[in-house]
Amino acid sequence: MAGLELLSDQGYRLDGRKATELRKVQARMGVFAQADGSAYLEQGNTKALAVVYGPHEMRGSRSRTLHDRAVINCQYSMATFSTAERKRRPHGDRKSTEMSLHLKQTFEAAVMTQLYPRSQIDIYVKILQSDGGNYSVCVNAATLAVIDAGIPMRDYVCACTVGFVDETPLADLCYAEESGGVSSLALALLPRGGQIALLQMDARLHQDHLETLIEAAMTACKGVSKVLDEVVRQHLQEVSVLTGE
Amino acid sequence: MLKSKTFVKKTRSGGVMKIVREHYLRDDIWCGSEACTECKQESTVLQKDACIESNLCSYPHYLIPDTNVVLHQIDVLEDPMIRNVIILQTVLQEVRHRSAPVYKRLKDIIHEKEKHFYTFTNEHRRETFIEREPGESANDRNDRAIRVAAKWYSQHLKMFESDTDGLKVVLLTNDQGNKQKAEESDLLVYKCEEYIKSLIANPELVDRLALSSDDKNEITSSKVLFPEHLPLSRIQAGIKSGSFLQGTFRASRDNYLEATVFVQGEGEDSTEVLIQGLQNLNRAVHQDVVAVQLLPRNQWVAPSSVVLQDEGTAKDDDVEEEEEEKAVTEAARKPTGKVVGIIKRNWRPFCGMLNVSQIKESTRHLFTPADRRIPRIRIETRQASTLAGQRIMVAIDGWPKHSRYPNGHFVRSLGGAGEKNTEEEVLLLEHDVPHQAFSQAVLSFLPKMPWAITPEDMVRREDLRHLTVCSVDPPGCTDIDDALHCRELENGNLEVGVHIADVSHFIRPGNALDKEAANRGTTVYLCGKRIDMVPELLSSNLCSLRSNVERLAFSCIWEMNHEAEILKTRFTKSVINSKASLTYAEAQMRIDDTTKNDDTTKSLRGLNKLAKILKRRRIEKGALTLSSLEVRFHMDSETHDPIDLQTKELMETNSMVEEFMLLANISVAQKIYDEFSECALLRKHPAPPPSNYDILLKAAKSKDVVIHTDSAKALADSLDVAKVDGFPYFNTLLRILATRCMMQAVYFCSGMDSDFHHYGLASPIYTHFTSPIRRYADIIVHRLLAVAIGADSTYPDLMDKHKQSALCNNLNYRHKMAQYAQRASVAFHTQLFFKSRGILNEEGFVLFVRKNAIIVLIPKFGLEGTVFFDGKDKTAPNLVYDEEISGVSVPAPDVGPQAKKPKLDQ
Repeated sequence: MAGLELLSDQGYRLDGRKATELRKVQARMGVFAQADGSAYLEQGNTKALAVVYGPHEMRGSRSRTLHDRAVINCQYSMATFSTAERKRRPHGDRKSTEMSLHLKQTFEAAVMTQLYPRSQIDIYVKILQSDGGNYSVCVNAATLAVIDAGIPMRDYVCACTVGFVDETPLADLCYAEESGGVSSLALALLPRGGQIALLQMDARLHQDHLETLIEAAMTACKGVSKVLDEVVRQHLQEVSVLTGE
Repeated sequence: MLKSKTFVKKTRSGGVMKIVREHYLRDDIWCGSEACTECKQESTVLQKDACIESNLCSYPHYLIPDTNVVLHQIDVLEDPMIRNVIILQTVLQEVRHRSAPVYKRLKDIIHEKEKHFYTFTNEHRRETFIEREPGESANDRNDRAIRVAAKWYSQHLKMFESDTDGLKVVLLTNDQGNKQKAEESDLLVYKCEEYIKSLIANPELVDRLALSSDDKNEITSSKVLFPEHLPLSRIQAGIKSGSFLQGTFRASRDNYLEATVFVQGEGEDSTEVLIQGLQNLNRAVHQDVVAVQLLPRNQWVAPSSVVLQDEGTAKDDDVEEEEEEKAVTEAARKPTGKVVGIIKRNWRPFCGMLNVSQIKESTRHLFTPADRRIPRIRIETRQASTLAGQRIMVAIDGWPKHSRYPNGHFVRSLGGAGEKNTEEEVLLLEHDVPHQAFSQAVLSFLPKMPWAITPEDMVRREDLRHLTVCSVDPPGCTDIDDALHCRELENGNLEVGVHIADVSHFIRPGNALDKEAANRGTTVYLCGKRIDMVPELLSSNLCSLRSNVERLAFSCIWEMNHEAEILKTRFTKSVINSKASLTYAEAQMRIDDTTKNDDTTKSLRGLNKLAKILKRRRIEKGALTLSSLEVRFHMDSETHDPIDLQTKELMETNSMVEEFMLLANISVAQKIYDEFSECALLRKHPAPPPSNYDILLKAAKSKDVVIHTDSAKALADSLDVAKVDGFPYFNTLLRILATRCMMQAVYFCSGMDSDFHHYGLASPIYTHFTSPIRRYADIIVHRLLAVAIGADSTYPDLMDKHKQSALCNNLNYRHKMAQYAQRASVAFHTQLFFKSRGILNEEGFVLFVRKNAIIVLIPKFGLEGTVFFDGKDKTAPNLVYDEEISGVSVPAPDVGPQAKKPKLDQ
């Protein structure tokens, strides 16, 4: 089968990027007034909206209350119009549930939950348009939303997917690359300390290559963190101008 | 800058899907020219003084071919004269879509440094990217993209006019419309033919041009010889409705007017459709995929028993067809059909000879391919006089319906006919044996010399350097992949070890070296020449288990009692130091020489004793001993010409080594199958269907001998007793025939098949483990075994049964081709041998009888040939046999001693 040539001999990928280049990242914070925090983030053609409520007291079953820290509740969903074919169920299917769980684990590692015992923080993320790297875009959007909500975090959590083609790691895969039979890996990083919040991979990869792949993913995550930092500073500047400080 | 690309695509299920992709445009894609001072490139490909002498372009220039030029004139582009060419990404991608072989060749050219081919990623450069306009077809858009890129180049290069003498770009296209548009936008544009013809220094390049369709009109004769091929849409509809059948076209070797189409049915069953006559063959060429229509039942015919070679000139094609008489019995008739269309051409460049036209000034000549199943090809060349007497390569361009022969063009000359190197090249090409030198990419994965065993290598290895290991091989063997040892243990049992070169230690999965070896599949042995599967450093040095050097090995060690029963088996990676590398004869002498009593000899005697028991036991179980004639040449050490030949002799030591290799293979097969039941690579030999034995049974009956073919055991036993008094060679002849009844042994992946039996060896499971230097299958088996014993790590492809299965198909194909090439090489050397000998008288035997010919075997030379009864120059001596056989109208069994047949003088 003559599949797509993911990496040309000249070193360009399908969409014209080089192996280590990220897609264009654009983001805005504070897009909704009702929620405690919100953000919108585009990474190439993947677009996500993240909303944060809380910290507030436990709702629903009180039995889940933790006495030393806050509970983080995540929900991931995809808009029915986000893919080329209309989705039937926006959330609640296996994949979304798994994704929700991953997000929860990621943010439990990053948010300083011990500051809010017996309370709950809700993070809702929706993919508006999907073009690969859904998990990482969600994490990046949610980070901005959590910051917007003013909830203290250890560091930005930045995520990125990387794939492995022709002995070369490719950063920030798009959908065509993800579906082209690449073994891909998603990594969420706390860039300053270099701690890994989540690492997920369900493809086959020889262990010899794992090191290089993680290395590439960490570099890519640090790239993302720079952009996010920029966005946050920009946003703060705008807000402070408005409040006249 | 960011652009979004949106297009719709049809999905496999027939729906329509919208696909949105990002398309980044960049400013950092450089032009690749040495003359350019603006681009910040690190290295340049295109030369500053790109000079090639031409009438049309007297200035230095770069060429930009469009897609069709690359697709059709790749032979020209491959010529070393053509340098400094810009291949646009648009072109590269289109070529990739349209023809995989051309794409591969183009990539090879691009990688060659001396060719100075540069790939310009025009689709991602900001200035050269264009969007498809409404109403514009994809092809038109690509043509425009090529023009835009060419325009950009010409303007870009103009900036440096002062320090170059007018470097320009020249667009090559054969498309009239494209050319016109390019001229309108002030581009230098030529047709490919125009340009090539203008090259002053190299007139012979013109011959390599493929004929384009408008050139062919010249050859038009008024007569339409062939029916029109149906369009693909009608063929597809026909195949769906069942009125046509799709299959692979296989021309007959013996009769150029006959062919069979092999139709693969559902599952296992497949049918063969017979095609007879030029009209019905309808321009199909061997190996094409064609659509056939069955003729009504009353027009079915039996396969012809005449041997026909196309010797006619272009005019006399209707003469031969009348020879066919229709008096055939109903039973012999076979489904007969005619070719209605071609689904896929499988043309490759063919090797052969040029028949120079009688007319002196003519530039059109016929070309006769070496493969008899390929029709002659008409080519145009001005250098016929130089090419006569040379072996040349020709590619087919097309076969118009009014032409008796297909049209083609000259690709390259291989050298003088009859010269050894040329003929070797021909048979390698004809058998599709990859034989180019190893590329730099492949060689880069070789270990660095001087190489020594490091402590890391020793971690998972057993140190067996103290053992008295020795190797036994044919004389002159430099790729020694097996060595043996045998010693007595304290408990009275014997320890026997087979040590195989650890090639998988050097060839790591997935790298270029591995891929190349997987593609080559096997080392090909020709007379006096070896085409290696792995580079020589490995095959003859690091992996070769030579004496008195330390080598890495993979060992299979058994503990046996004196009745050769295996008590314990173990496998380990090891380091060995062979004490002696012997030839079969030397080993035999040591065993026989009672005065010798050193360790090596004792070890050999032990092995020999065990081997005899093993062999006896194997034959009791029903293993076959078959015979085929193999000849060995004594080569002149200086000229490498054969000076004498003899059929191979077998010594006891041959079978000693063989016995232990078989044992190792079986043990390993069992082990890897136990460990990986889904993805073990095994080898099987299916039992032949009973009808295969017909020739053997008939041959035996002619001498009143009965052969039982119910099982391998019965066959082996009845072959043993089949003897005729006063005709000692009869038994060997029967064994030769029995060999031809057999099926091919094949590699397969255990997860894809359920029948593992090896018929010839009478073993329930078998694989190849013992020759990793010359067979790729063994490397895979080594890797599997290494994983099984925890000495190495696995990788995804090894565990993927579909990938393994695909690999097996390639290996089987390469093995088959290697065998054919080997045979062809022996045949060629036999001819060389006779060239200097003149006419000889030798004893021969009739193998088969055809209506107008017999097939004769001369055992002394292992030579088989067809003798025609009604040849042009041979008449008198053949008449005698003619009488004897004339009463027989269908091929009759008549194997017998027809001694003292005149030897064919070729």
